[in-house]
Order: sequence, then structure tokens, then C-alpha cells
Amino acid sequence: MRIARLVTSRLVGVVLVLLVVTAITFVIFYLLPSNPAQLSCGKPCTPENLARAKQFLGLDLPWYGQFWEFLRGIVMGRTFGTGADAIVCNAPCFGYSFQLNTPVTELILTRFPVTASIAVGAAALWFVSGVAGGTIAAVWRRKAPDRAIMTVAIAGVSSPAYLVGMLLILLFGFTLGWLPTGGYEPFGDDPVQWFLHLLLPWTALAFISSAVYARLTRSELVEQLGLDYVRTARAKGLGEGAVVMRHGLRNALIPVVTLFGLDLGTLLGGAVISERVFSMQGLGALLLDSIGRLDLQVIVGITLFSAFLIAIANVVVDIVYGLIDPRVRAA
Amino acid sequence: MSAPTDAVDLSARGGTASGRLDLFTQLRRDPWALAGLIVVAVFVLAAIFAPLITAINGQNPYDYNLHALDSSGAPKGWGGGISWRHWFGVEPLTGRDLFSIVVYGGRLSLSVGVLATLVAVAIGVLVGLTAGYFGGWYDRVASRVVDVLLGFPALIFIIALTAVVSANFPRPVLIVLVMGFFSWPSVARVVRGQVLSLKQRTFVVASEAMGAGDGHVLWRQLLPNVGATIIVYATILVPSMIGFEAALSFLGVGVPPPTPSWGRAIGTSVQWFSTDPGYLVFPGGALFLITLGLNAFGDGLRDALDPRTSRRRGILHRIAPRSARTHGRQRKVTA
Repeated sequence: MRIARLVTSRLVGVVLVLLVVTAITFVIFYLLPSNPAQLSCGKPCTPENLARAKQFLGLDLPWYGQFWEFLRGIVMGRTFGTGADAIVCNAPCFGYSFQLNTPVTELILTRFPVTASIAVGAAALWFVSGVAGGTIAAVWRRKAPDRAIMTVAIAGVSSPAYLVGMLLILLFGFTLGWLPTGGYEPFGDDPVQWFLHLLLPWTALAFISSAVYARLTRSELVEQLGLDYVRTARAKGLGEGAVVMRHGLRNALIPVVTLFGLDLGTLLGGAVISERVFSMQGLGALLLDSIGRLDLQVIVGITLFSAFLIAIANVVVDIVYGLIDPRVRAA
Repeated sequence: MSAPTDAVDLSARGGTASGRLDLFTQLRRDPWALAGLIVVAVFVLAAIFAPLITAINGQNPYDYNLHALDSSGAPKGWGGGISWRHWFGVEPLTGRDLFSIVVYGGRLSLSVGVLATLVAVAIGVLVGLTAGYFGGWYDRVASRVVDVLLGFPALIFIIALTAVVSANFPRPVLIVLVMGFFSWPSVARVVRGQVLSLKQRTFVVASEAMGAGDGHVLWRQLLPNVGATIIVYATILVPSMIGFEAALSFLGVGVPPPTPSWGRAIGTSVQWFSTDPGYLVFPGGALFLITLGLNAFGDGLRDALDPRTSRRRGILHRIAPRSARTHGRQRKVTA
């Protein structure tokens, strides 16, 4: 029952957050003087075309009417224009790219597997290596393993992802020729090539992010290991391994999991930099291309989609919390 | 590092002379922090005196040196055209002096990084102080806004924003404002947390009992006591802002050319790095070094002010995990 209530209240919260995010995005991109009709009217942009684009996009409506249409499109789908030239955009309609003649949702869905492949693999790698590194550093605090891991970690925290990525390409791609220098191979076509193409992006992202996770895990675990309940566990004769893994780490991981949810959610919304470095056509590349073309509907669609992903990641984290931490469940 | 300090009292008194002395002694004993500080100082001086430094060799970051290039546009000579005239070689296609670009690029990185941090800290401190002190519905609204903004896809949003903001709006100002705007929530959260515990302390209660107004309590009693935290926090924010700006320039949506920028140089070097790795190494190395220096210094400063490292607990004990958390949040924008 409590879990059900927790889930419901979080879902209500997330719907409110999404409404606010959608409203802000809508105001900034459609109502501020950026002139969406001009941008989606295509070339040559004659006055007739412009007027048609305006009516087509529903820009002749007052602002609340436009916002309502926009929201309704996300939930129920919408139709641009009327009669024979009408363009149907099925729910969830995040907009329609008139330049590519494709619904934005479809564009996002075709690009998403690329971004998801990068994000999920990298996240798994950095979570495992970061937590392992942080745990080792905390257990051997102020000894050689701690110093070594924390030195690597501060270097990782200070390196930009693209720099690491480019150096990896230079070494493993161009110099040694072991791995492809870029591009993406769908998993369905060839799982081995898929893996080989993703190995460098995963490594680059994991290197910079696991540094953050190692530092966070270390500082949280050091704090937990100094608390009374850990002393009790040791006093009753529990082995050091069990004390660290079963007691200390379990509590230390709570903030780590929060950060992980947010980071993964953000990365799923577009690994903009890795996609650029490794020439992969994911959501981030779509965003950059759309900016080059000033394809406003796609830009807004991706922004909202990534905000939605983060909001969903937050809810998942909250629910996972409720499952692992009795105090949250009770509250 | 294990020497007992008065870090807690330092913060409570707002940094007395003896407290400050203590801080410097601590920092001096931390070789990493000291090295970081020296690196940062070198970069700051280089940025300030950029015209003088590049004048030594009669170079500047704007003039084309086509004679230094071969027919394909690649720099002539070893290491991307390294010579006594061009210490770091030259830029492919234009032949602009890479040393000058790196030195001048530091001006952009440092000024954007520091200014965006100031924006974030100013908003964050204002919101955090008032939310923690006044409480009630105002606090609830402020905390909710903080939560929403922390869960915003900042990088995606800022990239999208560059498409719609008028080209007449100066790009560096836009970048400073939006980066600052997306970074204040973590500052507000930390400051609010500290104010919540500070306002129970006797000196605040006494001040209120003596009839001090809200303004006095906020400005004279609370603000000086969160000063140490704010300084540590700002030190950690600057490198992430520098990385953020470089990432935007790398993606081609940052400050437009010809203003020299490390991120843009790295971004352009993508097409060249199999033939001219020097073009990647020098701007990339500069970006890495300044970030590393600031992070090392920030870590040292935090350790010096963090009572946990001196086995004392106090109001500052939350800094370390919090800042690490935000650090993560700042870092990931450049993934």
C-alpha cells in the first residue's frame, strides 16, 4: 500500500514538473520573437508560404490556444492544416519537421537506439568501476591504493569527454588500428561490430564519469564507516568484508544512486559530445543538425524528450529508494 | 592534514585573522592544492598579460601566416609547425599562431568561467539565504524550483537556446547568463541547508531578540557565516563552468570566431588530428591543466575547511558530500 502511495505521489509530482518544463520550453521557443513560421516555411519563403505556414502551425491562435494544441498533441496527437494537405502527427506528437517531412517523434525514435547504446553501456561501466574504485579507496584510506585511485580520479574529473575520446581514437583507431575511429553499427546487423564501435565511446565516458562516482562513493563510505552502527557490526564479530559490503556500502550508495539516475537520464536525452566525437547519428547529432537547419520543431521536441527522460529517471530513483530504504517508505 | 584546526570556529566567526592564518598553514601542507594554486596563478597571469606575452615573439591570434602552411593547408614542419617563431605551431588552414590562440583563449575561458560562477553564486546565495531564513511557503516554492532546475537537461537546453536567441545579442553574455542560471540551484541548496542550522544558533537568536531586522540578520549575521562554504563552492564551480564553455565552443555553439577559444580549437582539430595532433594537444592540454589546477586547489580548500578531515564535526560537515554531488552534476553536462 505504502509503495502504491509513494508511486502515485511521485507520478503526480512528475506530471506537474513536466507541465512546468513544457510551458517554459514552449514560451521560450514559440512565443519569444524567434518566429517559428518563418523558420519552418521553407525556401523560397514567399508571403503566401509564410501565411500558409502560420495557419498550418496554428500560430494564428492566441498563445493559450497554441499551448493547448501543443499539449494536446503530446497526449492525443494533432493534425496540422486541413483538407488534402493536412499532416497527421500521431500521439505522442512532439512536433513535425516540415523540412524533413517527418514527425519529430519518429525522428527521435529512429535516433534513440544509437544514443541509448552509448548511454547504457557507458553508465554500466562507470557505475561499476566508479563504485569499485571508491570502495577500495575508502577501505584503504590514506594508503597507496587510495592515493593512486584518487589521483586518477582527479585527472578524470578534470578531463573533458571529447579530449579523452579524441586521444582514444588517435591511439586505438589511427595509431594501433585496433578499433574503428567512429560510426555506429546497429546491434541487429552485427552485434560484434556494434560492440567494437561502442567500446571507445563507452571508455571515454566511463573514464570521466567514474571519477566522479569514485570520489562520491569514497566520501560517503568513509563517512558511513565512521558511524556507530558500523562499530556495532564490527563489535559483534562480523567480518570486515561483510561490514563494508552489507552495511557501509548499502547506505553509502544512496546518494550515488540518485546521481546515477540523473546522469543516465541526461545522457539518454542526447550524448551530444560523444556523438560528435565518434560521428554517431544519435539524438545529440540530430539536435546539432537541427540547429544548423533552424528546424525549431525538432529542437523543441528533443529538448522536451530529454526533460521527460530525466523526470522519469527521477521517479525511478525515488521508487528504488522506497524499495531499499525503509525510512523513505515510512515518510 | 590531520592537524587539528579551528575550521568550525573559522566559519562561525566569519574568518578571523587567526582562522585565516590557519587556513593558509593547512593549504601550504597540501602539495596538490599548492601546485593547483600555482598552475591557476600562471594561467591567470598569462590571460591578463596576453598581449605582452605574445608580443615577445611579435605574434597575435588573429593574423594569418599562410607562408607557414603547405599546399593542402596543413602546417609545414614538425609538430604542427613548431618553430622559434611559432612555439606551439600554427593553426591549419589559416596559419594563425597557436601559442597566441592558447594564451588569448585563456582570457575567454577564465572570464566566462568566473563570471558565470558569480552569477550562479549571487542568485544561489540570495535564494538560499532567504529560503532558509524565512521558511514557509516561500521556502517550499524555492525548493521546488531548485528541484525542477536540477533535473533540467541544461546542455541540451542551452544548445537549443543558441538557435533562437538573436544573433545581435552578444554571445559571451548569453553564455555567462544561461550557465549561471542553470548552476545556481546547487548553490542555493547548500546555503539553505546551512542557514537552517545556523538560524537555531544563539548568536542569531540573540540578534533577533535584541530587535535586529531581517536585513541585518541576513546580511550581518548569516551571510558572513556561510562565506567559507560559498568560497569553497565557487572554487569548485569555476572549473566546471570553464569545461561547460569549452564544450559549447567545441560543439560550435559557443563564442563565435575570431575570438580565440580552446573549445573551438579542439573542435576544429577533429578534422586534423590524424595529420596534425599538435593542434589538439596544446589547447586540450591548457584546458586540462587549468581544470586540474582549479579542482586540486578546490579540493585542498575544502579539506582545509572541512572539519571531517580534522575529526571535528560542525555546521560545515555537509560540504564534502554535497559539493561532490554537485560536482557530479556539473561534470556530466559535458558528457
